[in-house]
Amino acid sequence: MSKTDKVISLQEAVEEFIHDGTHITFGGFTMQRHPMAFIHEMIRQGKRELVIYGHSPGIDADILIGAGAVKRVEVAYIGDELFVSPSPNFRRAIEEGSIQWEDYSNFGATLRLVAGALGLPFIPTRTMLGSDMITESGFGSEERCSDPKAAPKKLVLMDCPFTGDKVVLLPAVNPDVAVIHAQMVGHEGTVRILGQSYADDFMARAARKVVVTAEEIVSEEFIRRCPEQNCIPFFRVDGIVHLPYGTHPTACHGYYDYDPDHYAVYAQAARAGAETFQSYLEEYVYGVKDHWDYLERIGGAKRLSYLKADPALGYNPNVRRR
Amino acid sequence: MGKEYTKNYSTAELMVVRAAKEIGDGEVVFVGTGLPMIASMLAKYTHAPDSVIIFEAGTIDSALLHLPASVGDSRCVYGASTCRGLFDIFATVLQRGFIDVGFLGGAQVDRHGNLNSTIIGDYHHPRVRLPGSGGAGDIACLSKRTVVIMLHERRRFPETVDYLTSPGWVGGPGGRKKAGLIRGGPASVITNLGVMLFDGQTKEMYLASHHPGISIQQVLENTEFELDASRATETEPPTVEEIDLLRNTIDPEGLFIKR
Repeated sequence: MSKTDKVISLQEAVEEFIHDGTHITFGGFTMQRHPMAFIHEMIRQGKRELVIYGHSPGIDADILIGAGAVKRVEVAYIGDELFVSPSPNFRRAIEEGSIQWEDYSNFGATLRLVAGALGLPFIPTRTMLGSDMITESGFGSEERCSDPKAAPKKLVLMDCPFTGDKVVLLPAVNPDVAVIHAQMVGHEGTVRILGQSYADDFMARAARKVVVTAEEIVSEEFIRRCPEQNCIPFFRVDGIVHLPYGTHPTACHGYYDYDPDHYAVYAQAARAGAETFQSYLEEYVYGVKDHWDYLERIGGAKRLSYLKADPALGYNPNVRRR
Repeated sequence: MGKEYTKNYSTAELMVVRAAKEIGDGEVVFVGTGLPMIASMLAKYTHAPDSVIIFEAGTIDSALLHLPASVGDSRCVYGASTCRGLFDIFATVLQRGFIDVGFLGGAQVDRHGNLNSTIIGDYHHPRVRLPGSGGAGDIACLSKRTVVIMLHERRRFPETVDYLTSPGWVGGPGGRKKAGLIRGGPASVITNLGVMLFDGQTKEMYLASHHPGISIQQVLENTEFELDASRATETEPPTVEEIDLLRNTIDPEGLFIKR
């Protein structure tokens, strides 16, 4: 792909980069900066059998599980902390046995992406020692052997060959696709993230293909005036989609806060059961024409102004959270 | 000047006031969502102004003008010394050995302080799926010491946890070393009924104090395993200043301490 034709429409990006069975990871953390508009389009296009890697996803993984799009999650946590935890569709799917799962700690799950980003097959750590995350595997060896993209083992315990210390070896993850929502991207793909980067920089470096959705697309000349503020180099990015307010109802540092009212709507629908949740999907995903139509449904310009971040703080202290 | 105690407080307020006392001035504190955020902010406002608040999503020494609702909240960014991501915190601060005290919660805890926040029932066919480890397993493995905050009910204090997410003293004395853990272990468990510490020899939980208005008998009835109460005193109540800080400065919205 040449430098200049990466900027594409949301529909094109999902068609081109996401397929049934794609192994995927999403940027963000619990209630923050998940590429929700992209995920809604994945649901509209009926993508299935996805395998999700992450550390602490929330509504991003949960809405896909509720839409029946997910085969397996390999994560540390799925929830939105204050607003809805654990995520209701995730909880129901595991209690009903309708998805596969594997539990790691947040550090462990992050390190698998770090190993992928470093081009290594595994990475050692001292975390998870003494826990059942070492001894129990949710996703069995037979299933692992039948999936060529899965790690053949959850992890391996070994003694360090230099010191004799016990260490845990974690298998690398190289997802097919990472989807990251950034505040700013250059038109050739240079990414700038404001606030915490979570593990987005490692996710992008570990993945085979990277799609960036962004609040703003700017010229490379502009974004390269301060290259020390950029965290993903242009040549690793394959697709760019302009999606202002693209993480709603999750927060986007410096631009807008999370939306507690929409979270309440989501939580109520998701907790009420699979059927009620379908009506949420009808209202906010299947029944909307596009992202702009979605922004109208959640309250339009008035709601978005209410959520807009105070530039001195990066969030909006007047958003009512209870 | 003597302390001015108050009787006007909720159980949750007493718990965070007690939890704040676990933080020493200058200590580096790994803080999770909910009551630990409030306890660590209270410590900074009172006896530990130079303690350092660290959130796993990437921030070090946040100034916290407003209470975060998530450890990855934009509210953690304000006034922070550095703001990066999970790898920076977990690898170069926690695993590297710079966390003095980490806060944990869970759905179940056993006599050795081992915690479960993953499932209730059988792991492969769970009756209840909980959110999962998140950073808790990491904090439990790699902090110099940990403080547990949780609800005190018999089913939450069982002989054996259904799944061990966050290691405490594992099987007892020497348990952590045998598992390969090079530091750490739980120091205390703070609940709605009292405060438990761990015996230096047996590494078993014992009742250090019961809260005002709660009898020792109530604590024992709500604990499935045997709990030594021979050393129990009464928990120090909150002061007027502490309650004022909680209600008017730290959590005026009632995010984690409902009113």
